[in-house]
Amino acid sequence: MVTPNSRVGVMASSRLFRNFPAISYVVLIYGFIFLPVVVLVLFSFQDSRIPIPPFDGPSLKWYGAILDDRRMMDALFNSVTVGLLSSMVSVVLGFLAAYSLARLNIPGARFFQGLLIAPLTVSYLIIAMGLLITFTELGIPKSLLTVGIGHVVINMPLCFAILYSQMGEHQANVERAARDLGAHDLQVMLLVSVPMLWPALFASFVLSVTFSWDEFIIAFMVSRFDVTLPVEIWSMLRSGLNPKTNAVGSLVFMVSFVVVLLLDVLISRTRRL
Amino acid sequence: MQALTSRSGRGWALLAPALLWTVAFFFMPLVIMGAYSLWQRVGMRLVRTVSGSNYEQFLAKSYFLDSLINSLEVTAIVTVVSVLLAYPLAWILAVRVPTRWQHIALILAILPFWTSYVVRSYSWLLVLSEGGIISNFLLDVGITDAPVSFANNRGATVVGFVHFFVMLLTLTIYANLVQLPESYRKAAADLGAGPVRSFIHVILPLTLPGVVVGAFLTFVLCIGDYITPQILGGNRELLLPQTIMLQISRRSDFPMASALAMILMMVISIVYVACARWLKLDRV
Repeated sequence: MVTPNSRVGVMASSRLFRNFPAISYVVLIYGFIFLPVVVLVLFSFQDSRIPIPPFDGPSLKWYGAILDDRRMMDALFNSVTVGLLSSMVSVVLGFLAAYSLARLNIPGARFFQGLLIAPLTVSYLIIAMGLLITFTELGIPKSLLTVGIGHVVINMPLCFAILYSQMGEHQANVERAARDLGAHDLQVMLLVSVPMLWPALFASFVLSVTFSWDEFIIAFMVSRFDVTLPVEIWSMLRSGLNPKTNAVGSLVFMVSFVVVLLLDVLISRTRRL
Repeated sequence: MQALTSRSGRGWALLAPALLWTVAFFFMPLVIMGAYSLWQRVGMRLVRTVSGSNYEQFLAKSYFLDSLINSLEVTAIVTVVSVLLAYPLAWILAVRVPTRWQHIALILAILPFWTSYVVRSYSWLLVLSEGGIISNFLLDVGITDAPVSFANNRGATVVGFVHFFVMLLTLTIYANLVQLPESYRKAAADLGAGPVRSFIHVILPLTLPGVVVGAFLTFVLCIGDYITPQILGGNRELLLPQTIMLQISRRSDFPMASALAMILMMVISIVYVACARWLKLDRV
């Protein structure tokens, strides 16, 4: 006798059987993707000095060590400063260029468009080397300022490309209407275009901050005494496996993940509205 | 006419900052680097006479040439393995997973993106090194009776790279797959094609351009990366970015480093042209 319940059971189990290869593949790949992160976070709570099995925690002492580490906190502050300022410059310059090429009649606009996004096609390592040689040649001392300059070089093309792609016909019509109603160019740009492009401006800013925050090779090559967080972590790696590195890595991970989740919620909220 | 010129004048003014920045801090450095690659370092001095001696050295010394070959081999392996691993995952996510779960599944699939890049390579060290997770597991199970190290070799570098690029490629291939209307697969099935045939003759050709773009991105990011091989690869064999950094940090030989960087750029350009050609041919 087949009761409705057992029929559902049979169907579910047969579906499970059919999906078995797919499910096991997903489990394996997700295992591969998560393994290092899980190990990183777990052994950040290690009690002894080496972050390998057996796990003898949980202990928060390595997190305490990070917060007490003056250099690490300075590097964190530097990273945030460089990230925010360089991203601000990237968004503003990218926006002005996109507005100019999309709205105002510039002969050879395609050519300039190509010039502006060219840095996207070159390895960071090459950009870093070029900047290092140029700064040395010109006698400009390596500092956080030069790191910020480098981060604008890699982020501005991105902001430009995002903003340029968002300046569609619909916005052009609204801008034309504003102009017909007597607004002059600056008013149109600041009071009409900027508010309409707000989501894209915000997105490119966040993307720039993320890239700057995680960028290593440029920051490594063109900084000297004041360094950013990835460079400070890099110099910690010389001491080999160390729970303190686990702790700072886990902190970065948790902060970024929470920020991303918040953004995700924010974006899906605004989409619904 | 007056209005037009003044508007385009304003256009130039808005364009100028971005343009000047790009010229001053991107194109000029490339030109200076190109010039450096033709100069030489003699002793501790920079000799500004043009010659191709750095490039000749590159071809003559196996030390330099080998690092390029190593880089090409590792990058090729990483690209192929990453695509092969990522495609089925993207496929399952796009086709088999219910729509309302896809979003969360994708967020999970790229979770480790949010650790810093340097830390990501380091965390593989925790897994692969002597006494690490795998070594400990093998000891516990009884397969080995002494700690083993899987780090500091080419395999570790490849694992670290593949980990990163599987995430990246899953995203790009997924984005491609969800754009395909479901009706394509249904039409293929109605016309008598089994799942395998419909995949090979319908789905794969339609997603191949996206895969090639993702693979090219993988290639560029992988061949120019210094961090992963430096942390995971040990120093028995060097990749090109490591050789470049050694020229700068150990020998402060900027001309040689510049020549190597120019060669790296040339390699990337060649692959770029090949991919672009292929994509264009495909579209016709």
